[in-house]
Amino acid sequence: MAIGSDTQGTVRRPSIWNDPKTRAILYQAIVVVILTLFAAYFINNTAENLERRGIASGFSFLSAPAGFDVGMSPFLKYDPATATHGTVLIVGILNTLLVAFTGIILATVVGFIVGILRLSPNWLVSRLAYCYVETLRNIPLLLQLLFWYVAVLGSLPSKRESISLFDTFFLNIEGLFGPLPLPQPGFWAIPVAVTLAVVLVFAVNRWARRRQDATGQQFPVFPVSAGLLIALPLITAAVAGFPLEFEHPQQNRFGLRGGMIILPEFAALVLGLSLYTGAFIAEIVRAGIQAINRGQSEAAHALGLRPGPTLRLVIIPQALRVIVPPLTSQYLNLTKNSSLAVAIGGAEIVAVFAGTSLNQAGQAIEIIAITMAFYLAVSLLISMFMNWYNRRIALVER
Amino acid sequence: MRVRSVVIAAATATMAFAGSAQANLLDDVKAKGFIQCGVSTGLAGFSAPNDQGKWEGFDVDVCRAVAAAVFGDAEKVKFTPLTTKERFTALQSGEIDVLSANTTWTLTRDVNLGLEFIGVNYYDGQGFMIRKELGIKSAKELDGASVCIQTGTTTELNLADYFRTNNMQFTSVVFEKADEIRVAYDAGRCDVYTTDRSGLAAQRSLLKAPDEHMVLPEVISKEPLGPSIRHGQSEWGDVVRWALFALVIGEELGITSDNLDSMKTSANPEIRRFLGVEGEMGKQLGVPDDWAYNIIKQVGNYSEVYERHVGVNTPLQLERGINALWTAGGIMYAPPFR
Repeated sequence: MAIGSDTQGTVRRPSIWNDPKTRAILYQAIVVVILTLFAAYFINNTAENLERRGIASGFSFLSAPAGFDVGMSPFLKYDPATATHGTVLIVGILNTLLVAFTGIILATVVGFIVGILRLSPNWLVSRLAYCYVETLRNIPLLLQLLFWYVAVLGSLPSKRESISLFDTFFLNIEGLFGPLPLPQPGFWAIPVAVTLAVVLVFAVNRWARRRQDATGQQFPVFPVSAGLLIALPLITAAVAGFPLEFEHPQQNRFGLRGGMIILPEFAALVLGLSLYTGAFIAEIVRAGIQAINRGQSEAAHALGLRPGPTLRLVIIPQALRVIVPPLTSQYLNLTKNSSLAVAIGGAEIVAVFAGTSLNQAGQAIEIIAITMAFYLAVSLLISMFMNWYNRRIALVER
Repeated sequence: MRVRSVVIAAATATMAFAGSAQANLLDDVKAKGFIQCGVSTGLAGFSAPNDQGKWEGFDVDVCRAVAAAVFGDAEKVKFTPLTTKERFTALQSGEIDVLSANTTWTLTRDVNLGLEFIGVNYYDGQGFMIRKELGIKSAKELDGASVCIQTGTTTELNLADYFRTNNMQFTSVVFEKADEIRVAYDAGRCDVYTTDRSGLAAQRSLLKAPDEHMVLPEVISKEPLGPSIRHGQSEWGDVVRWALFALVIGEELGITSDNLDSMKTSANPEIRRFLGVEGEMGKQLGVPDDWAYNIIKQVGNYSEVYERHVGVNTPLQLERGINALWTAGGIMYAPPFR
């Protein structure tokens, strides 16, 4: 029976209090008012408490000189003489993003390889993958970080006995030293060439697929792409006269200085994070692959596809739909876990900004709020990207 | 979740939720029955747990003296180990009543952080420790060195200032806890370890081979170390301040934990006032009249505390230096007890 239908003739409108729509609006308004009052009370109370205890507040500390060194700042030159707490924040953010980015890529590579190996028909290989997953998954990350930092990287040779590779790379307890590329005039041509090569590779790919769809003939896409990617920038560089010089690390009385350095704190953090998260990703990948009906691979085999292409063309694309949502969580975990760097002297946002700056400036509430806002923003961005990717690869039903 | 985030989160929350009415902290402490004292996470001689897990040290004894004054029992203290990073937040938020953790008295901390420094129990200065094998004789030769430091300290700021003033470069390796730094320095991760000279002495005594390391002659800063309380707690501040002074006055008057009972019969009116035989000094402070007696009886005087934890006969081997009494060439001085 249709409520309020015309067939009934006159319909008595319910009183305004009994109208569900009005009531819903009213209740929501009440909740909003209470929440606002609550928030106002807390903010006011906090401000009062801060004032009574003589604690300064506000964000002006961001432009006050920081006066300390942050230890690692690969993207911008950090000078303790001029840096402000704002600079520290930026350095912290960049370092966190670098750790998260490197960690996510490494963890994904490790996770996919181990996840696939875990399903290998070879007993030894699958057992090894199994051991890796179970060991790393079940030990707290903090312990693993300490293990990598103290036990593994801490036992690197002293700076007097650096391990040297081709006299260009040096490894000792202070880190891995290598030449730092210094772009010279005319260097711009090389990134342009790289971009061009990438565009060409995409074009060749498309053309090859179309041709295969139309004629069934296969084109050696991989060697051609690789050739393009290597040759084009190389030829450009040669034409421009190799506009790149290298700053090599120099030995001073304390050890090697200058050049490019990968600090052991950073290495331990990235290693620990990606191997730990990689173990979880491996399980997600395994679950994703096993979620695909056996019939799919049987059908692929029946078509004459070898195991490699079967995995690449049939199984993985379908498995991704199962893999991507939990993978997003792992990416978020990795990003947030990077804050454990404080334990091993890392220099990301929690260590330098929510740590040192907080202590020197003393503005806990503002600094913690900024740090939380940063993590929230990064997490939401990762989620957004992964959700977009998930929609893109979702099964298109016709 | 890690302890430090919990502390900071709790502290931030406390500031948001703390009620507006704030009672007299001295009364609160008396009602609570013990003092909550913030100390460092472990610095030999200053505050570190002993074999039985009991906190011991120079900074620890300040808190024990306050407990002796308030409760007549130096054991009525609970200790909260705090990293340099957490310590101020813990005090601001009311998690601890006194902070006695090798903290340098600076203007910013006194004025801007909601703290109140109430005295100095150790006059210190920042120094540098290096390996002897480097063959360096002066801090001026440290250009290009990597330096291990503890985060959240004045040390960190002085270091940058000193290297900038002398036009030298350094790379810092930053840790949160004193023992993390010691391990890194011992492993050779950095060339130089910098902190207050008392701290260097403490850490050096714990290195694998203390004799292979030396402290450079330069003292690059003034580091008056002392206890602090929360801003705006005057009555409580008076008690902590005078408990600290009582240690020094005890030494000035020649009163030790051994001769204290015989001193009660002394004719010196200051000694008689000090031991609570005459006058009502305690009442004015809001504590029992024999408060200073209890401090010396249970904790000892300044000299006893010093020699027990950091003096020349301890692994730290610190001479009294400027921490000697003003009458003995130092600057340790307490206002008159009257």
